[in-house]
Amino acid sequence: MTTTSLVPAASELAQADPSPTVAVTGPGLLSLRVQAVETAADGVRTVTLTGADGGALPAHPPGSHLVLHCGGRRNAYSLTGCGTRPRSYTVSVLLLGDGQGGSRWVHGLQPGDHVLADRPRSAFAPVATARHHLLIAGGIGITPLLSHARAARRWQRSFELLYGYRPGAGAHLPELRELCGPRLLELPQLPDFLAAVEARLVASPVGTHVYACGPAAMLDAVLERADELGWPQERVHTERFSAADLDPGAPFRAVLRRSGRRVPVPSGVSLLTALEGAGVPVPNLCRQGVCGECRVGVLAGAPLHRDLFLSDEEKAAGDSVMCCVSRSEDPDLELDL
Amino acid sequence: MTPDLDDRLDLDARPLPRRVREFPFPFPTDSYRYSTNVEAAGAANPTAAGAWGASVLAVDEFYVGDATECAGLLAADPSRCQELPHMRPAVWDAVLYVLTQLERARPDYFRLEDLGEDRFRWTNRPLGLQQSFRYGDDSTLPTDPLRWLAPQVQDDLVLLDQREGALWADAGVVTAAADWSMKFDVGMSFLEVHGPVPRIHPERIISRAQDFLMRLQPGEEYRRTNWTMTVGRRLDVATETYPEWGPDRRLVLAQDLGARLHLRVEVQHLVRLPSSGAVLFLIRTYLLPLRDIAHVPQWRDRLAAVLDELPEDMADYKGLTRYRRAAADWLRAAGAP
Repeated sequence: MTTTSLVPAASELAQADPSPTVAVTGPGLLSLRVQAVETAADGVRTVTLTGADGGALPAHPPGSHLVLHCGGRRNAYSLTGCGTRPRSYTVSVLLLGDGQGGSRWVHGLQPGDHVLADRPRSAFAPVATARHHLLIAGGIGITPLLSHARAARRWQRSFELLYGYRPGAGAHLPELRELCGPRLLELPQLPDFLAAVEARLVASPVGTHVYACGPAAMLDAVLERADELGWPQERVHTERFSAADLDPGAPFRAVLRRSGRRVPVPSGVSLLTALEGAGVPVPNLCRQGVCGECRVGVLAGAPLHRDLFLSDEEKAAGDSVMCCVSRSEDPDLELDL
Repeated sequence: MTPDLDDRLDLDARPLPRRVREFPFPFPTDSYRYSTNVEAAGAANPTAAGAWGASVLAVDEFYVGDATECAGLLAADPSRCQELPHMRPAVWDAVLYVLTQLERARPDYFRLEDLGEDRFRWTNRPLGLQQSFRYGDDSTLPTDPLRWLAPQVQDDLVLLDQREGALWADAGVVTAAADWSMKFDVGMSFLEVHGPVPRIHPERIISRAQDFLMRLQPGEEYRRTNWTMTVGRRLDVATETYPEWGPDRRLVLAQDLGARLHLRVEVQHLVRLPSSGAVLFLIRTYLLPLRDIAHVPQWRDRLAAVLDELPEDMADYKGLTRYRRAAADWLRAAGAP
């Protein structure tokens, strides 16, 4: 997860300080210092962060991400460590020419620089009951799966890692080879990668869980093929760099129950942006329909769900909406705001 | 903040004993109904007699006695400790979390030294225990980790695994169950565990609680209270030992009600363990006889009102039917001039 772009947002989870972590400075805020930077592959910078005052860092489940405060914006990056008692956090970031500046900011970091981050968040954790873990990484999508592989080794889980990358652009190869041995399949040629994925989806043992991270097209292909082959949805887990591009949608009106206000939401403008523009703040984080922060209660009207967060049952209930990406089926959508 | 106790006291006890000052009196109003009554953990909650809840774990004058009783119960009935095989990472996560919280609550009693490379040394002065261990390595403890941990903490422990959109009670040690059984509940979903509770299902209280728990991020801690009544200062009122304590519910009417009948309050903590992602459910049981409650006029009047008003089905489920009128009468008489 490397390019989820975030505009500045004031939302912080109010939470108790849960562990003896000196690096925690505010409600959920971590004060970090860049310990090392190195080039992991073409265009990929690996940044190692420690507690600014040398203190312990919060642990996290495998596959978690860290939201860095990058100048005026906040970007989420996958943590590559296994997450148990971390001494440092490591992220690897691909420089994107057309990104919104977050990757450029990370590539500019130097040892000693001070960085603020939110506490790690988990949205792509391994399933403890899985009999086998099939990890599928495309390009820089390797980062959360490196975390999974480390945890799988620590707890002696059965796993296999398929890693597709452009020749010369594979990040973390030496440590992956040492960590995984024969469980790592390096697949620098796209046809080989696709064939290996197909073979595993056809023939993995019952009880296998799939974890895939990479470009949207790769994830869509994995999901579609797994579905065709009868994989239960609960056993296929994906981590997106960013939500698929969404169409601009039809205009509608947000009706705010508590204030009685009506906020027009034009085509091409998200409900969240429209609310913010009207001076109605909503806690939010990813603005991609992934993190779950911007959930708003719906009192009337049918939401048009476009997020990746709510379950099918929750979407069917129609009583809440992720306002960063979702819209309305009806001309008016009445919100609990 | 210590409230001025003088004007709140009955005449025969001042200052109030610690068990009264730190008792988590659970009723904010004169009428009790089930609700999703969760709040962030770790801050002191003032009561009419003192305060409770400044730390997640509280170590009190009953610590050594409770530890002995817990160890005795585990030896007599090993089935009080239940664990499905996939829970081992969660169990180790819980071990480290609980030891850290014990040290935080009473640094004069407990010490956890981090020796590096996953190695630790633990000192428990009240129990005269010192133990070195390696995180994740069962062979470095005298018994399996959950069984080793349980007697050292006054709370019962249940570990919930999250998968397939639900929480599953897949491990736990319960020696102070208020008429339920870990052996019976192990492997059940959160919704199944709460199946017998009246009234909560139409209001979706448990499914809303589960939704809330599933969204907890690594390290977040919340708490709630629950209550019932028990005859005698008896922690173990598990379903397994019903023949030993069940008849007391009838016999208590003929005995000294004020000394024998206890308000039983559970302080439950809900913690997202940081590195396994499991939810740790801590249940700490406090027992206070009516005689002590009568020392605090606000508590005496409120408990009498709650017992009077409690609907019949809830009184039945809590096992209060036989004596709740007598208890309310006793409290009112204790307050009469």
